[in-house]
Amino acid sequence: MEKALEVVDLHAWYGESHILHGLNFAVNKGEVVTLLGRNGAGRTTTLRAIMGLTSSRKGSIKVGGIESVHMATHRIAHLGIGYCPEERGIFSGLTTQENLMLPPTLSRSHRGMSIDEIYDMFPNLLERRNSPGTRLSGGEQQMLAVARILRTGARVLLLDEISEGLAPVIVQALSRMIIRLKEKGYTILMVEQNFNFAAPLADRFYVVEHGEAIEHFTSSELQEKTSLLSELLGV
Amino acid sequence: MDEIFGIPMPALMSQLLIGLVNGSFYAVLSLGLAVIFGLLNVINFAHGAFYMVGAFLAWMGMNYLGINYWVMLLASPLIVGVLGFAIERTMLRWLYKVDHIYGLLLTLGITLVVEGVFRAAYGVSGQPYAAPDGLSGAINLGFMMLPTYRAWVVAASLLVCIGTWYTIERTKLGAYLRAGTENPKLVEAFGVNVPVMVTLTYAFGVALAAFAGVLAAPVIQVSPLMGSNLIITVFAVVVIGGMGSIIGSILTGLGLGVIEGMTRVFYPELSATVVFILMAIVLLVRPSGLFGKEN
Amino acid sequence: MSKIALGFIALCGAIALPSVIYPVLLMKVMCFALFACSFNLLIGFTGLLSFGHAALFGASGYLAGYTSRELGIPIEGSIVLGVLTSSVLGFLMAGLAIRRKGIYFTMITLALAQMIYFVFLQAPFTGGEDGMQGIPRGKLFGVIDLSDDLVMYYVVLIIFALAFAFIARIVHSPFGHILRTVKENEPRAISLGYDADRYKLVAFVLSAALTGLAGATKAFVLGFETLVDVHWQMSGLVVLMTLVGGVGTLTGPIVGAIIILILENKLGEIGEFLAKLTRIEWLGALGESVTIVTGLTFIVCVLLFRRGVVGELNAFILNWRRSSTASSARKDVNAVQEPS
Repeated sequence: MEKALEVVDLHAWYGESHILHGLNFAVNKGEVVTLLGRNGAGRTTTLRAIMGLTSSRKGSIKVGGIESVHMATHRIAHLGIGYCPEERGIFSGLTTQENLMLPPTLSRSHRGMSIDEIYDMFPNLLERRNSPGTRLSGGEQQMLAVARILRTGARVLLLDEISEGLAPVIVQALSRMIIRLKEKGYTILMVEQNFNFAAPLADRFYVVEHGEAIEHFTSSELQEKTSLLSELLGV
Repeated sequence: MDEIFGIPMPALMSQLLIGLVNGSFYAVLSLGLAVIFGLLNVINFAHGAFYMVGAFLAWMGMNYLGINYWVMLLASPLIVGVLGFAIERTMLRWLYKVDHIYGLLLTLGITLVVEGVFRAAYGVSGQPYAAPDGLSGAINLGFMMLPTYRAWVVAASLLVCIGTWYTIERTKLGAYLRAGTENPKLVEAFGVNVPVMVTLTYAFGVALAAFAGVLAAPVIQVSPLMGSNLIITVFAVVVIGGMGSIIGSILTGLGLGVIEGMTRVFYPELSATVVFILMAIVLLVRPSGLFGKEN
Repeated sequence: MSKIALGFIALCGAIALPSVIYPVLLMKVMCFALFACSFNLLIGFTGLLSFGHAALFGASGYLAGYTSRELGIPIEGSIVLGVLTSSVLGFLMAGLAIRRKGIYFTMITLALAQMIYFVFLQAPFTGGEDGMQGIPRGKLFGVIDLSDDLVMYYVVLIIFALAFAFIARIVHSPFGHILRTVKENEPRAISLGYDADRYKLVAFVLSAALTGLAGATKAFVLGFETLVDVHWQMSGLVVLMTLVGGVGTLTGPIVGAIIILILENKLGEIGEFLAKLTRIEWLGALGESVTIVTGLTFIVCVLLFRRGVVGELNAFILNWRRSSTASSARKDVNAVQEPS
């Protein structure tokens, strides 16, 4: 199977702080992979490092086979990656529709979802399209943050804690959304604190601790690993 | 009513117009400063110097090459824009990672160099620059004579300001700028070439200053010191208005120009300092500025 | 060599210096060095960039000159009045400027200073563009005749040494530590219970007072006071002195003041010297373009030399110490691994 994302010996720094210490993992095309771990383990940093948003990084990050560790952030995006940050990053100076339309389409070969398809999948956003982006509820903002990158034609999605702080009903809706995206062939790398949300969705799991991947297992091995996980994560 | 407070109507209206003219310059300059500050987080001290260069280019174009006002009105901002592009690319961008005061100090250094060069070449006295034929003279409005050129300055400034406002608030390009002001790294993560956008924004901001300079050339003597005399007042305008909204910057600029003009009529000794006094008052009463957003 | 030993040597050197260099020039340097040191208290240790210090510098000079020349108040009283003036002005300036954070603070100090400039431009007592002339030195405490430049030099040296010691004391005191915390991490300082704004205000007033001391002293050294001292370019100059010398170091501003004053006063000669050395003709005209050279110095310093002379020196010494301890540690490791 072709690797959508391949990370080898990744080190990353924020200024003087050395966060990632030789991280190794891979995501195959069409897979959903979840990074588990405690707070501060370096999972968000991993996603940011892939996008080139840390102050420096070293190692190898291959996106669809193309080495990206020396690329500028906007070039990395054009390799077909969509990034949904933990803070969601909805722009207050823009309306919902402007937020949605902001990211440019990334590649000619992959058309993103059309605006109608997006409004189809997220009818709430259609209703609120002229409101300032930050007037939306937490759940709607999360939907907007994901919808934004779906429009661009990105086929690899980096999702950071999308279920965080949302009502169970919304979290279920997000679950259904991820399943639909998987059916459409998207590759998804998720960072999730909410184990119950991530467990049924992911094909494979990595446990990250102190900036390294210390455990790896598939969804079928999940049962045997629950005691190990509760030890590692306090789950 | 022929007189208000002992000042004859035509004189009053004339001063009002001069106030509007100065206010137009304040508006255009504070707009450029705000746009640059929003995205780059740098106070461009060199704004006054580029205003002066804009005026000088118009004068030099006329004097050395016989190029007329209308061409220079477009060419001068373009040339200064290119200059700004070069400055951002080669010098300013290295300072984004360090404290913002260094950006201010760099642009201060640039101001000193630019003004020093022009001062060495042309001395401190002003060069006269004639208004273009089509705009000289005055229109008789009945209650006053309206100098055509001054009316043109106000109209052109308003046009440019509104055009800038429209571009920033209503177009996709403006959306990039607004988003970039809030979270430049995220916008870059979406695939937008933010570094180029930053450079072009700086170039645009200083081009606006140069445009104001060309407009000013027939009104004020073109001198190497015309920028630094103005820039500090513009800073006060920016503090009063707050940099939160474009409309706010425009209204504040125009308003302060008018207030300054009226002060010159009724209390001339106060006219040089009235803007600063107002700034002190605004800081006491509404620290984030009249139109500012509290961060 | 301890810092106190170095200081003592410097003091001895300073006492002997007038035999080699013109005392009025030395006094001028000390006044500007004090100006820069007081400015550095604000930018280097509190993290506040004020662009209005010229107003404080010149206001003190004008007031001290006025009280001495017109009101007959002796020099020591006039200097105190000058210091009071700059302190009050500094208090008002800071009170308004502190209401905004970051770069707005700087803009406000600049605007307020500009207002003060215009006041001084228009006020009759300053003499406007002509300046205030004939400021008498008189007798210090009614006894010491200061008309002799050498005597004046030692008085100024004492003032400077005491003021510098005071600044050093402030920096190393608990108050100084809090200022540095405010500079490095204001939210943290506030969470620790410190009223950051109040500390900034006090630091500003202290800086203003010492600036006033420098300004008033200079007025008596030179015997006149002009608008140049209240113009924003003077504010820019003191920033440059501090930057070149080393922001946040104690001795940096002194070094910076010396360098910049040499540059300003000897630019013509330096230019001619360089022109002869490199055969580049127009370098000879350097003397006429102090502004341009100042601007270029700013640009170069901001881009390449932010730590300043003393800052770079400190970093160099630190690196040198690190590498020498590392190599001696390596030797120890080898010694341990030798088979016994």
